[in-house]
Amino acid sequence: MKKSVILGALTVAGLAAGAAAAGTLDDVKARGTLNCGVTTGLVGFAAPDANGVWEGFDVGVCRAVAAAVLGDSTAVEFVPTTGKTRFTALASGEIDMLARNTTWTFSRDVDLKFTFVGVNYYDGQGFMVPKDLGVGSATELDGATVCIQTGTTTELNLADFFRANGISYEPVPIETNAEAQQQYLAGACDVYTTDASGLAATRASFEDPAGHVLLPEIISKEPLGPLVRHGDNEWGDVVRWTLNALITAEELGVTSANIGELGSAAGSNPEVNRLLGTEGSLGDMLGLDGGWAKAAIEAGGNYGELFEKNIGENTPIGLSRGLNAQWTDGGLLYSPPFR
Amino acid sequence: MSDNSHLAAFVRTEEAPSLPPPSSAAGPIKWMRDNLFATPANAVLTIVAVLVIYKVLSGILPWMLAGVWDSPSLAACREILDGKSAACFAVLTERWNQLIFGFKYPVDLYWRPAIVLILFFAAAAPVLFFDLPRKLLVITALFPFIAYWLIWGGSVSTPILAFAGVVVGYLVYSRFVAQNFAIGFFGGVAAALIFWGIGGAVLPDSTIAEGAMRSVPSRDLGGFMLNMMLGVTCVSLSVPIGIALALGRQSSMPLIKYVCVVFIEFVRGVPLITLLFVASVMLAYFFPPDATVDLFLRVVIMITLFSAAYIAEVIRGGLAALPTGQYEAADSLGLDYAQAMRLIILPQALKISIPGIVNVAVGLFKDTTLVSVISMFDLVGMIRGPILASAEWNGVYWELFGCAALLFFVVCYGISQYSQWLERRLATDHR
Amino acid sequence: MTTLTDPPKASFRLTMLLNDTRYRSLTLQAIAALALALSIWYLGSNVAKNLAAQGLNIDFEFLGAPAGYDINQRLIEYTSQSSNLSAAIVGILNTLLVAFLACITATIFGVLAGVLRLSNNWLVSKLMAFYVEIFRNVPVLIWIIIIFTIMTAVLPGPRAFRGDEPEASMLFEAFAFTNRGIYTPLPYFTNGFGGALDLLLVLVLLVGSFFGTRYMNARATRIQEQTGQRPATLLTNLAIWFGPLIVVFVVLGLAFEMPELKGFNFKGGIKIGGPLIALWFALSIYTGAFIAENVRAGIQAVSKGQTEAASALGLRSGRVMSLVVLPQALRVIIPPLISQYLNITKNSSLAIAVGYADVTATLGGITLNQTGRAIECVVLLMLFYLIISIGISLFMNIYNNAVKLKER
Repeated sequence: MKKSVILGALTVAGLAAGAAAAGTLDDVKARGTLNCGVTTGLVGFAAPDANGVWEGFDVGVCRAVAAAVLGDSTAVEFVPTTGKTRFTALASGEIDMLARNTTWTFSRDVDLKFTFVGVNYYDGQGFMVPKDLGVGSATELDGATVCIQTGTTTELNLADFFRANGISYEPVPIETNAEAQQQYLAGACDVYTTDASGLAATRASFEDPAGHVLLPEIISKEPLGPLVRHGDNEWGDVVRWTLNALITAEELGVTSANIGELGSAAGSNPEVNRLLGTEGSLGDMLGLDGGWAKAAIEAGGNYGELFEKNIGENTPIGLSRGLNAQWTDGGLLYSPPFR
Repeated sequence: MSDNSHLAAFVRTEEAPSLPPPSSAAGPIKWMRDNLFATPANAVLTIVAVLVIYKVLSGILPWMLAGVWDSPSLAACREILDGKSAACFAVLTERWNQLIFGFKYPVDLYWRPAIVLILFFAAAAPVLFFDLPRKLLVITALFPFIAYWLIWGGSVSTPILAFAGVVVGYLVYSRFVAQNFAIGFFGGVAAALIFWGIGGAVLPDSTIAEGAMRSVPSRDLGGFMLNMMLGVTCVSLSVPIGIALALGRQSSMPLIKYVCVVFIEFVRGVPLITLLFVASVMLAYFFPPDATVDLFLRVVIMITLFSAAYIAEVIRGGLAALPTGQYEAADSLGLDYAQAMRLIILPQALKISIPGIVNVAVGLFKDTTLVSVISMFDLVGMIRGPILASAEWNGVYWELFGCAALLFFVVCYGISQYSQWLERRLATDHR
Repeated sequence: MTTLTDPPKASFRLTMLLNDTRYRSLTLQAIAALALALSIWYLGSNVAKNLAAQGLNIDFEFLGAPAGYDINQRLIEYTSQSSNLSAAIVGILNTLLVAFLACITATIFGVLAGVLRLSNNWLVSKLMAFYVEIFRNVPVLIWIIIIFTIMTAVLPGPRAFRGDEPEASMLFEAFAFTNRGIYTPLPYFTNGFGGALDLLLVLVLLVGSFFGTRYMNARATRIQEQTGQRPATLLTNLAIWFGPLIVVFVVLGLAFEMPELKGFNFKGGIKIGGPLIALWFALSIYTGAFIAENVRAGIQAVSKGQTEAASALGLRSGRVMSLVVLPQALRVIIPPLISQYLNITKNSSLAIAVGYADVTATLGGITLNQTGRAIECVVLLMLFYLIISIGISLFMNIYNNAVKLKER
């Protein structure tokens, strides 16, 4: 009685969203929107544009999941989270999935009870220095002042790297990229370190990008991927295979341009047919309709298209595929088969 | 008295006009001598002050006056400036709507918060200025419901239900209050809660997806509007809680007294930012497992508790300042506790406490900027987050933070001027 | 009399629990206790259910695990291999350091501004009014960010000191002002007994000098009371303060280690970090505006009659201030002043905006981020601030009792 009264009052206030413990998939379907946790703003990965529309690579994953589950790529409620709040937001059910450049680590997976469903970006921590500093390698940085963007595993990697090389440094932990960048440009630190993708994006926005170089060392493995709560395997499967669908689509040459044609009728490639639901019943097994993967790919294109549009070489961020190329091109992207 | 007029050769019949004082003792020179160069030390101070003012103004004024107001991005603005050092106010004109409303509030719905702001002035006026006709308080009573409906949108049935719950509670209260205040009060609260509970269960989903009154989720609120909303909501909610806590702290019942003391001292002992951490990372664990409560509501709860503790201390000061005679007089009239408090003690104590409450309100309003730390996009959060992170305006600092400081200054200075005016009005004892 | 109006000892009725003043307070307290217990049970069971549902537990073992990150300003020994607990302690010390420094400077700013605001000088008093209003009415978070930004933009980086014709140069070849912090010379002894012992020696000397001067002053007062003549104490006091100190400094060979530009940074000397300076200055100047108002109110609260009476007794203006006005004004000033100190301590938690490693940034920031132990970290964090503020309030109560008007 007491609980229902409180909930009733909250419902009247319109601020409580009941989330039955049944299953996240059912909740999302019943709610009609996907609550997706993203960063508070990292250009290229997740940032609101001038009109307040969220854009970016992580955002693309959220939209694909929303399209697969709900058939509508705009049915996403983006919940900005900080490094502090992201895990609680996911654990408490405030968000259904977290796509916030979060590194897949043992303790997060095992101790904090989250399930990483895959990797959407293979990153690594790098260093940026002004060119006129004349530094060619991170091992020459003894005694340097290092600006760190806090929030991911950056601080730990940095401490490990300098300790392993027996050199000293002075850390300056900064909350936001914009402020870290300001410190770096003013010369308050010699080096700026964060994920290499972030460094590239930051350098691209400088007045004089050529005056700064990225050092060759990548000091950590940062497999960034979407994650969900432990224990809800159905939902984990949906997110995992939506991500895999995007990757497989690129591998099989399914793009947003030809998907209408390929998806309208069964074609010659059986895996494409299974992926797009023109053959078999993979969607039913997930508890979704047959065109789930088609909808996910249509939302923003396949993995390659998302990459090119948001962080690829033709964008201000200008990242090359590198490790994030398909395994057929010498990268690490390798989706299990759709069968 | 004899007539001496014939003896005098000349008699001045009217007073001589007074001469103007020597130029050194009048006009601007005297003023300057008195007020700026009274002693050598004073003169030194004046010169130092003039130098400081000159330094600051000569740094800021040219930078401001040469500012660029129209440009799509920082790069373009720097191009226009062509190497000169001047402000790029264009970021303010470009992103003004985002600074005020946040980046997610639908652009075509800006009129809704705008109306709320106008209504807010109408609703606050009868509370702030006692001379206005008391009938205007009707607007104040209706304001929360209208404001809620306008800002969040959705079906009108929700605010009507909420209002109806208040009316039901009030009816129950007035039915029983003559008998016993406690029964009336708690009965009223219980009746309202039950009404809301049933209504909330019966009411269909109130979200509207389309049109002028479509629903806006509270995480889409942002900018200065969010600061204002948090400030107004939390202060108005915390006044009644603060009164209850203050009375509880004065109570002769040890249990109630110590609960209130512990609560007040706990909240006053920790920084607001840790309470906001509680709201963002811990509070979710305190709600039933099958319910998630909106971050906005969680923050409102924590800030309200925070300011309630401070307001309770202010009111306690007001209660303590009343002469004991007032309490004794109330007792001797045979009033019970509730009557004595309602009719005699609180009206006087609250009157004394108003300036203090206004101070707490100003402090609280300033502290609403801390929500930027827990990923809410208030004015400071908008600046530090989306605007500075955007490719167009990456690197603009002074203009944005100057603007934020100015907005807060205008509002807070206005409120503190009101508070001083009120203090003069209420100071009836020194005439 | 009362026995007559007492109701006859009727049998106990249930309604008496509410209507009879003898029982009412007990009833109400019982209800309150029940409600309290119920809500605690309700919240506690929710927490337990939520944690169980997620397979989590409350566990403070992470405090013993290596923190894994470095901290730039540490007052005690700390490396990235130290435990999370030592990281928290480093943070606590940093919080206390910045709070302590800011309390001192805020008092100085506040007293200056408060006194100058009452000055006859129109320009100065208006300028101070402007200072007070502009700082009181803008959020401290905005001030901290603005001041940090100003510091980074205005002061030169260490790179500007390099080269044959550097853009910036050191003050007296001893002080370097950079946007990473201020570097000052570090005093040390060339033939001392080793760090801690030397420090102890100097400390003992200072304490000895303190008691020496106190004795001299007491003696002067005694002589004054006996003879009416106060012997001059200034010179002897100075000698007691500085004589032994200079002797020790010469014997131990006091020298200064100068900061020097080596590699990326200045090396040697004492470094006062940029974030510390920004936070320190921002907190001082912000709280100084509030203290200025308290000081002004305190001075104005002393009635003019007191000053006039003191002058009529023939006291000189300095003594009027120190013997009559200040003791009375302080009674009004000190309580709000102490709550301002409390505010400084609490506001220092905004250090995360400038990258200063206080306890909110270590325990409540990086440790929380890395371990994900949100509940534990936030609870510990609140506990720390609570202890500090309870300590300060206790002190305030003691002080209030000591200075309150003794009415008989």
